[in-house]
Amino acid sequence: MNERKTARKTLLLQGNEALAEGALAAGCRFFAGYPITPASEIAEHMALKLPALGGSFIQMEDEIASMGAVIGASLVGVKSMTATSGPGFSLMQENIGFACMTETPCVVVDVMRGGPSTGLPTLASQGDVMQARWGTHGDHPIIVLAVSSVRDCFEIAVFAFNLSEKYRVPVIILSDEIVAHTRETFVPPSPDEIEIYNRVTPTVPPEWYLPYEDTGTGVPPMAAFGDGYRHHVTGLTHDERGFPTQRSEEIDALMRRQFRKITQGFHEIQRVETFMMEDAEIAVIAYGSVARSSRRAVLEAREHGVKAGLLQLVTLFPFPRRYAEKVLQQCRAVLVPEMNMGQISREVKRVHLNSSRVETLNRVDGRLITPREISDCLIKMYY
Amino acid sequence: MAEGMTGLVHKYLRHDKKFPHIWCPGCGNGIVLGSLIRAIDRLGLDKNRVALVSGIGCAGRMTTYADFNTLHTPHGRALTYATGLKLSREDLTVIVIMGDGDATAIGGNHYIHSARRNVDMTAIIVNNQIYGMTGGQYSPTTPYGSKTTTTPYGMVEHAFDISALAVAAEASYVARCTVYHAALLDQLIESAIRKKGFSSVEVLSNCHTQFGRRNKMSSPVKMLEWFKENSVRMHATAKMKPEELQGKFIIGVLADSERPSYNDEYEKVREQARGISAERKPPARFEG
Repeated sequence: MNERKTARKTLLLQGNEALAEGALAAGCRFFAGYPITPASEIAEHMALKLPALGGSFIQMEDEIASMGAVIGASLVGVKSMTATSGPGFSLMQENIGFACMTETPCVVVDVMRGGPSTGLPTLASQGDVMQARWGTHGDHPIIVLAVSSVRDCFEIAVFAFNLSEKYRVPVIILSDEIVAHTRETFVPPSPDEIEIYNRVTPTVPPEWYLPYEDTGTGVPPMAAFGDGYRHHVTGLTHDERGFPTQRSEEIDALMRRQFRKITQGFHEIQRVETFMMEDAEIAVIAYGSVARSSRRAVLEAREHGVKAGLLQLVTLFPFPRRYAEKVLQQCRAVLVPEMNMGQISREVKRVHLNSSRVETLNRVDGRLITPREISDCLIKMYY
Repeated sequence: MAEGMTGLVHKYLRHDKKFPHIWCPGCGNGIVLGSLIRAIDRLGLDKNRVALVSGIGCAGRMTTYADFNTLHTPHGRALTYATGLKLSREDLTVIVIMGDGDATAIGGNHYIHSARRNVDMTAIIVNNQIYGMTGGQYSPTTPYGSKTTTTPYGMVEHAFDISALAVAAEASYVARCTVYHAALLDQLIESAIRKKGFSSVEVLSNCHTQFGRRNKMSSPVKMLEWFKENSVRMHATAKMKPEELQGKFIIGVLADSERPSYNDEYEKVREQARGISAERKPPARFEG
């Protein structure tokens, strides 16, 4: 880290490498993974960099095991991450649920490729949006972020770790094959420019410690195994002390607190970017690599006299409803281009107040939606 | 003795809210838990430095009752969580409790690779040869011909030899015991925890409720007699013919070797990587 302070070089990185660098800058010191295209470079980069930082890298026997090891490392107080693509992401869902239930911070990267099943290992898609939200069974809150560029990969990785630590929740980063493998120049920020948030640890004596206590924020302080706060961590529904319970009032309190802590954090969890929205009469709502096509498309449409703008979603879940609503009220038509048959567009339609038209533009052939396709659509919708 | 055991119970078991436990009267899980805490006590381990990890099943509930850093993971996954714990915090003594279905069916792959990888931890497999908690379905270790709720006409598959699996994967220490041989079990668990690298202790345990009841051994005593009469000490097997060993439980230490643990090997990697960083920057591939 120190070498960066003296010489801030411009790096030529692909998205996967930038994501790994961002994770390291955020303090990630444990990575467990299983090889999969198009995510493997993240593991390779972590295998190279973690040992010198005193961290650990391990290649596990499958993605189920990888996710288990990541949670184990987090329970001893180490920031941890894994990265995979659709097929591996499906396998991780079981243990992601455990992280949700036990409120264990961790970051999971899903570099989306075409699916279902083995699908298109080397081609892009945005088909895992709803799996990221609802992939594990049971009712649960979770945070899902989307990256669209090399710079994003670095910055969102830091953001993801911060949210995960602050809210004690697994955070999913959705990348895609295009973002992952596109090389761009990038000047990483110096360590003192990066804001890092670490989980709150208990300050009470061990015999007073309630590992799942309700607090004002809804986020209980988290003790690491080995620090003297012996406690029980279970995937079973548990009481404030962490022990299994079947009492309805304790079950209800746990579930509601887990949702409440995220709701209370909407102001900081929900992040969007806007582009030329000030006077927009028609808007694109997009995320991931499609958001970059959309940015260009907005400029192209403006050349044709279309007052277009872009709402880029960085946070996909909890769905940034208040930002989407504002756009839906301001514009007479909204286009949601996606590399799937319409997943975020359903969320947009869910929150829209019938004040505007919501159109979709879908591509499911493994190729990026081009700026031209989007601008053509905007022009047609506008006139 | 009784006083000593009471002392251990007070020292190592949680005594708020978590009792009575869920196990059936006479269950072998209590004997295994007793052996485990006696072994830990003899080793003089600090409770704050012990992590007890379990999966799902009757044996998996052991973590709820024991006063350590306890982790009750999804079915079959205990070893993967334990790997994350041990790699990131080496001063923890990591002990993993699993059942036979947990360790050899849903978690079989994790068991093989944990043994091969030789992460410094101890796996204790309570092998009651049945899925007890879910109502007595057959497991990978149910003996051929046995009646279970999912083999009403008799088991047609052949059982896994869990310990042979660990030996083949070159775990540093492999032992087998039964709950009848509690004194031996104390020693084996103690040696296993002491061992650097992956150690595995398989314990044949009685589920008279789900297994015994359907196989003419409906009381704990009958099942313990079965273990007693059919167990052969490892050192006695050399003089026995293969046909004499048919259907017998070979107990004692089955493998014991010195092999660097994963933790030791990875520490070398860290040193090497630090050396490279100090000399010059890491391999130039990612530097502009």
